[in-house]
Amino acid sequence: MSKTDHDLMNLPKKKFNFMNLVWLVILVAGLFVSINETNTHISVLFENFSQFADIFVQMLNPDWSYLSAVIPLLLETIKMAVLGTAIGSIIAFIYSLFIARNIVKNKAVTGILRFIMNIVRTVPDLLLGAIFVAIVGIGPVAGILALAVFTFGVVVKLFYEAIETIDPGPIEALTAVGANKLQIIWFAVLPQIMTYFISYVLYAFEINVRASTVLGYIGAGGIGLYLQQTLQVFDYAKTGTIIIVIIIVVVIIDYISSKSREALMR
Amino acid sequence: MADSVKPMIELKNVSKVYDNGTVGLKDINLTINKGEFVVVVGLSGAGKSTLLRSINRLHNITKGDILIDGESITKAKGKNLRLIRRNIGMIFQNFNLVKRSSVLRNVLTGRVAYYPTWKTTFNLFTKEDKQKAYEALQQVDLANKVYTRADELSGGQQQRVAIARVLTQDPKIILADEPTASLDPQTSKRVMEDLKMLNKKYGMTVVANLHSVELARQFGERVIGIHAGQVVYDGKMSDTPESVFTDIYNGGDGNKEEE
Repeated sequence: MSKTDHDLMNLPKKKFNFMNLVWLVILVAGLFVSINETNTHISVLFENFSQFADIFVQMLNPDWSYLSAVIPLLLETIKMAVLGTAIGSIIAFIYSLFIARNIVKNKAVTGILRFIMNIVRTVPDLLLGAIFVAIVGIGPVAGILALAVFTFGVVVKLFYEAIETIDPGPIEALTAVGANKLQIIWFAVLPQIMTYFISYVLYAFEINVRASTVLGYIGAGGIGLYLQQTLQVFDYAKTGTIIIVIIIVVVIIDYISSKSREALMR
Repeated sequence: MADSVKPMIELKNVSKVYDNGTVGLKDINLTINKGEFVVVVGLSGAGKSTLLRSINRLHNITKGDILIDGESITKAKGKNLRLIRRNIGMIFQNFNLVKRSSVLRNVLTGRVAYYPTWKTTFNLFTKEDKQKAYEALQQVDLANKVYTRADELSGGQQQRVAIARVLTQDPKIILADEPTASLDPQTSKRVMEDLKMLNKKYGMTVVANLHSVELARQFGERVIGIHAGQVVYDGKMSDTPESVFTDIYNGGDGNKEEE
């Protein structure tokens, strides 16, 4: 006879893990300690709320006559983003071929190059801006170089990971045909990754447009300079103009870029 | 058959041990002559693929020597190795086409080893080579698909593009690694007929790994049975009784009892 319901075992109770409770207590205690240590109190935000509202109202009455001064710098900002993205992407493109393990089999070479890449990736964009302002002086060139290095850091990792996930079949086929390394890259690797590359570059461009608006703050060219100046003299009407213009441009560029990425991936 | 019996592929005491200790090939001695159509049969994991991939050195062998048209591929390096490989075409089980590229571009890749790098980089294939590629596509009845993207074709069509690629490469030898394993019986037959065409019409030496006994019987002229990395049978197809196949596919080897 088959087993009756009675013979089947009941679902055993999951064992209670005491350590989980301990971890929870530690985490919650840690949260309270850090709140006290850093003096983060939500009341600070509310106490000064009237000030915030005041600034906000002033910003909502933007000074449109200021627009003629803002537009040229805005264009400079976009130019910086375009150039920075282009330079960084080209370097990242070549670099990524040297750190993809399915192309360069030498683990020492890829290992060292990846280590260098990781160091570059850890430097934040504002610090890069400050470094290049110190090297080449105040102006958009510093911004472009900072964005180039920053772009490199963003896309090089995406690039080489894309290369490592390609179908190895065509590489094998090209090897069997007697192709050399460059021909293998050109015929078997590039066609498989090109759309991903372009998509990642557009993505980096989106980030760069946003990053470049702030770079002017430290003297690396672009619209950030005016942002800093108007804020310093508490001319919030002008700040409002700048912010609104930046928002419009960023939204438009994000929209175009994400639409083209969608079209590419089809 | 062939006007003169000339050895095309010679394996001398070839052994292959993988890095993880798996024995791929064990002391194989084999001579394949010009113009032969050889079918390699054996269970999965017996070493058929390893054997084929050793011939054009997609795998390095551990011991022994392999001569291609009298020249050692085992010792060849760099440019020399690529020049030998240029004479060996390969057909793969999963076609290995560049899916996002056009059919024409895929077929033209068969010729890249004839060009210096900078020319291929700028897509400077000669008119003759493009015509050659187009003619190859006509041979496999895919002329109307020249500018189609490769991933829009069916499996059988993709394999025939791969055959056109090999034809454009103009090799002396064709290695076919289970060319029909992912195709239906009808398409498989078509692909095998195309391989036979390359063998008869262009005198290319064909070595094919096959799973299907039926296809092996129909197209092979010489049978090589592989078991556990060793050659356990070698003979003309017409002299080979059915029992040999049964035995090989049951894990045995033709003569002696195993386990």
